Amino acid sequence: MNKLISVEEAVNMIQDGMTIMVGGFLGCRNPYVLVDALVAKGVKDITLIANDTSFPEVGIGKLIVNKQVKKLIASHIGTNKETGNQMNSGELEVELVPQGTLAERIRAAGAGLGGILTPTGLGTVVAEGKDIITVDGREFLLEKPLKADIALIVGAKVDKKGNVRYKKATRNFNPLMATAADIVIVEADEIVEVGEIDPDDVMTPGIFVNYIVGGNA
Amino acid sequence: MDEKEYIARRVAKELHDGDVVNLGIGLPTMVANFIPEDIEITLQSENGFLGMGPAPEKGDEDPYLVNAGGIHVTINPGGVFFDSAESFLIIRGGHVNATVLGALEVDEKGNLANWMVPGKMVPGMGGAMDLVTGAKKVIVAMNHTAKGNHKILKQCTLPLTAVNAVDLIITEMGVMEVTDKGIVLKEINPEFTVEQVQAATGATLIIAEDLKNIEL
Repeated sequence: MNKLISVEEAVNMIQDGMTIMVGGFLGCRNPYVLVDALVAKGVKDITLIANDTSFPEVGIGKLIVNKQVKKLIASHIGTNKETGNQMNSGELEVELVPQGTLAERIRAAGAGLGGILTPTGLGTVVAEGKDIITVDGREFLLEKPLKADIALIVGAKVDKKGNVRYKKATRNFNPLMATAADIVIVEADEIVEVGEIDPDDVMTPGIFVNYIVGGNA
Repeated sequence: MDEKEYIARRVAKELHDGDVVNLGIGLPTMVANFIPEDIEITLQSENGFLGMGPAPEKGDEDPYLVNAGGIHVTINPGGVFFDSAESFLIIRGGHVNATVLGALEVDEKGNLANWMVPGKMVPGMGGAMDLVTGAKKVIVAMNHTAKGNHKILKQCTLPLTAVNAVDLIITEMGVMEVTDKGIVLKEINPEFTVEQVQAATGATLIIAEDLKNIEL
């Protein structure tokens, strides 16, 4: 099957009100092309799941500035003042999640688990309203899986089957998000023929990837 | 020597050969500059690598390589990249020997508050809650007071990052260990008296019988 599509075709799949996961860490390689197309299209009422909201002018930071996000699930919003402003004014609902918990909640969804047990957040506001489970005398918080309609991830080298190789510190949440959404679109810095990535070097198997778009590396 | 450098130099002495260490943003990052040459430390960066090196020369920044604060850094030979789940497996699973981070408040139970001031500043916890929960040793490195206000308290007033997590507090005034009995002043900056350190502290300090001067 042909997984290569245009940016326009990709963005046409993304409708108002959808839950979208976006890879990247503080603007270090969000899928910039897909995000810019989302900004241009003006998709509204997004539930956004991402580590952070980047900087106002970079990557997914623009989705916040453009007021396209209704609910945000993230670990850190301090680098984008607009996120805090919209949260304080009540325009944006924000659920702050410890970074390691965010990773495991996404992984749990992708792995078919009913949740994860973590000591992180015990005795803090993070624990409010959550079940505490005691295992062998130790307490843990029950944290539930996080799924999305669409995951937008970014890979440095992607073959036409969708096998992905990431580069350096840009792996972050991408391999996890690739397992936890109904539709996974990878933005590729470089698209190569099948076989050009050594199977030992594939970090996200192509079975997780539905579509591939070219990026602007 | 300015206070921040003084604190960072003293924190560096807490690290041991072979340690895996995570340094928070700001003052803790400075600790990397003062690690003794005869020991080898592996720095962990929670966005996904081990073996973090210093900032690159201007013009040599790599768009694929930033630290957990979004600042361009380098990776040392022998370093390795991974995803966020593995990064926090390392952190939460007890594979980090020490984490050094700043605080808004610390109390005598070892409770830490460093991620939000309600109504004023809510940057989010990022990786801090996992780090202080999972690292074997949690070192708070900070100025002893904030504009004259106590930061070391009987009980934290701000929303907590973690409960009973802090092992050691290092400030420009002293080195304090959090114990079951309370906060023990183990070393003091000779520029201050015990009375001055106590006055700058919102909890009653236990003075170590063998109180030493800080040596760098």
